[in-house]
Amino acid sequence: MTAIPSFYHQSAPPGLTGIKAWLLTHDHKRLGLMYLGAVFFWFAIAMVLGLLLRTELMSQGRTIMGPGLYNSFFTLHGVIMVFLFAIPAIPAIFGNFFLPIQLGTDDVFFPRLNLFSWYLFMIGGLFALVSLFVGDGFPDTGWTFYVPFSVQDSKNVGLTVTAAFILGMSSMLTGLNFVTTFHRMRDKNMGLMQIPLFTWSLYATAWVQILATPVIGITFVLVVLERFLSIGLFDPDKGGDPLLYQHLFWMYSHPAVYIMILPGMGVISEIIPVFSRKSIFGYKAIVWSSMAIAIAGSLVWAHHMYTSGMSDVSVFVFSLLTFLVAVPSAVKVFSWVATMYKGSIEMTPPLLLALIFIYLFSVGGLTGLVLGAAGTDIHVHDTHFVVAHFHFVMFGGTGFAFFAALHYWWPKMFGVMYTFRAAYWGAVLAAVGFMFHYVPMLILGLQGMPRRYYDYLPQYETGNFLAGFGAYIMVFGIVIMFVNLLMSFRKGVPAPADPWGGTTLEWKVPSPPPVHNFIDKPQIMDFPYDFKGVGEQSQKGSR
Amino acid sequence: MNVDNQDKPHVLSYSQLTVVLIILLALTGLTVGVSYIHMGFFNVPVALAIACLKVSFVLLFFMHLKYEGPIIVLSLIGTVTILMIMIGFTFWDVAFR
Amino acid sequence: MRAEIDRVGLKLGMWLFLYSEIILFGGLFVLYAAYFHKHPESFAVGGKELNRVIGAMNTVVLLISSFTVAASITAIQKGSRKLTIGLLGFSIFCGFIFLVNKYFEWGAKIHHDIYPNSETLVNGEPGLNIFFGLYYVITGLHGLHVIIGMVLLSISLVLMLVGKIDGESFSMLDNSGLYWHLVDLIWIFVFPLFYLVL
Repeated sequence: MTAIPSFYHQSAPPGLTGIKAWLLTHDHKRLGLMYLGAVFFWFAIAMVLGLLLRTELMSQGRTIMGPGLYNSFFTLHGVIMVFLFAIPAIPAIFGNFFLPIQLGTDDVFFPRLNLFSWYLFMIGGLFALVSLFVGDGFPDTGWTFYVPFSVQDSKNVGLTVTAAFILGMSSMLTGLNFVTTFHRMRDKNMGLMQIPLFTWSLYATAWVQILATPVIGITFVLVVLERFLSIGLFDPDKGGDPLLYQHLFWMYSHPAVYIMILPGMGVISEIIPVFSRKSIFGYKAIVWSSMAIAIAGSLVWAHHMYTSGMSDVSVFVFSLLTFLVAVPSAVKVFSWVATMYKGSIEMTPPLLLALIFIYLFSVGGLTGLVLGAAGTDIHVHDTHFVVAHFHFVMFGGTGFAFFAALHYWWPKMFGVMYTFRAAYWGAVLAAVGFMFHYVPMLILGLQGMPRRYYDYLPQYETGNFLAGFGAYIMVFGIVIMFVNLLMSFRKGVPAPADPWGGTTLEWKVPSPPPVHNFIDKPQIMDFPYDFKGVGEQSQKGSR
Repeated sequence: MNVDNQDKPHVLSYSQLTVVLIILLALTGLTVGVSYIHMGFFNVPVALAIACLKVSFVLLFFMHLKYEGPIIVLSLIGTVTILMIMIGFTFWDVAFR
Repeated sequence: MRAEIDRVGLKLGMWLFLYSEIILFGGLFVLYAAYFHKHPESFAVGGKELNRVIGAMNTVVLLISSFTVAASITAIQKGSRKLTIGLLGFSIFCGFIFLVNKYFEWGAKIHHDIYPNSETLVNGEPGLNIFFGLYYVITGLHGLHVIIGMVLLSISLVLMLVGKIDGESFSMLDNSGLYWHLVDLIWIFVFPLFYLVL
């Protein structure tokens, strides 16, 4: 081990100590970890909320809470999971930590803006927390804040959407930073086709962050203005059209789901080749499909509105376009599977979680076809089928990609290795629990059980009970994973620079990296997933 | 560090800028003048077309877009395309109710 | 760490920010487009109630200020410090004129009971309520951006006065200028959409 201190022991800007070295840092690595701490906090709260919701639903009638609290809980669960976990987690944590390293440079282009983004994230979260406790309490409109209810609701809608606005600014500025870094700070020897796929996925995501987020910005500004000024822009009595709110809302919120999934796919594209000891299949196809998903994802928003009363023509057009989006996603799944074919598979926790991702995301994607086809959507719109679909893709997808990223990059970020066995148990329990939790919801939805309902008809009780049971198994598995990761600090097994035999630049620097990332000038390979030279170097024996 | 193409940025002369301003003022006069002529439905596309022309002059010259690299030019075109999709695709609904 | 300042990168960052502003206003233009389609006659009536001449004056003021901002960039690149400062100051003054005009316009409308949720608008044609609702929201948001632009230009002016901006290092001025031009761009669309819809 060299005598060069890690970034924990050297501040950027230099000369800062103690808490100031974190709160005033320009170091993208420290910022990534600060996001990690905040995101863990929010994810835990939202996960507990979810558990409470499903416990309430396990039996008919009142179980543990009343209907008003139930409505606020599912709103809060959605707001936190969407705006404080699924959208920011992978880009803000792993993107911040690893994008500069993967590009061979020492930080992002605007380090102080990066710090500002983190403060915006914390302030937005604070606004959300405050809206829980003041006035009439947290909104019960659902995280979609549809008018007219959101404009009339006595609860703290204004505060909450302001929180979301601030969080959106944080996201947009992070995207701005990543695009500028990508174009202006790459190592001179790294051409576009030598950039790792995780960074490419962050680049595609960044454009969506920059261009889509302002739409929800203006939408939430209009909600606040309507609440205060009663202009009537969405009020039919005053010449307005409530459907235009839905158009504006989904114009962001659909691309937002691609902000959630693209970085997750980038993580999987990193993990699969390393643990197949084989170059990624279809590098260029994956790059192009990332950009295609970003673009196509901006064309389909009204597939959330088939039953809203919009014109038949738009139902047809948006349904047709929605089928197109499935194509580039499928390209990626084929590429990952083709990468593993005839590879030398090493089943580590990151790979197990990546495989679980591929399965759960694919199921989610297929159920998306049922929803994207307008005809079948009529039957399942606003039922638990929808709830199951988006949890398959956002949780089975983004959530498990987040777990995979944690397990892949944990040794690099912290310099310690976790226990594999507990990680396997946690992952399997989480996945099995996930299936027990969400598959019943697919069936319940097909049988007609509406979403966001506090109570239900007797025939739905068995499915809801099973789902609740699965929820507890799933949460148990997740807790095992988190505790196991945290225990790695207690056990203190040191991790080498390259525990996995990876080829991208983050594995060429110490674990954890020094403050300016690279000791020697990074050697850029012709192709980022060339495993020929790595087999001899990897220190696999250290596990 | 990619400080390539840091060669001296293009300087627009005062006379070039003045010509652009005169064009913009003339177009403003034109669009106000045309608004007094009643062409029914066509008033709107004509006014918007003149506005687009004015915007192009401000972008190309005052904002130096004519002298910028492909990343900025292409991404601006992309942004405007997204904006047109936002408005246009809403009309699949609004125009066919 | 970086030794040289990457001017191109700084400019790219500013353009990216401008894209987000374009889309922010874009959402309001979506509403305008949809509602113009829904209430064409009311929009024409509303357009007539706005003063074309004042609107044109404001357009001219912003165009001239865009010219002076662009000229100030030329000036600093040619090393004419005094001219840069003068042009910059004049641009900020133009912004002030624009806001004063807006104040009088809004004041007149409010005096005639035309403002969000006023009796006249609530009891009148729904399309007219939407027209003026959009008028206040769009010109209000635009006015806010005029203020932000003036702040940015003022900061650039101060940095110029203390010597932090010069012919070699003027990205702050350049980028503030870009923001100001965006404010102009938005108004170039707002003007015909509200004042010339007759």
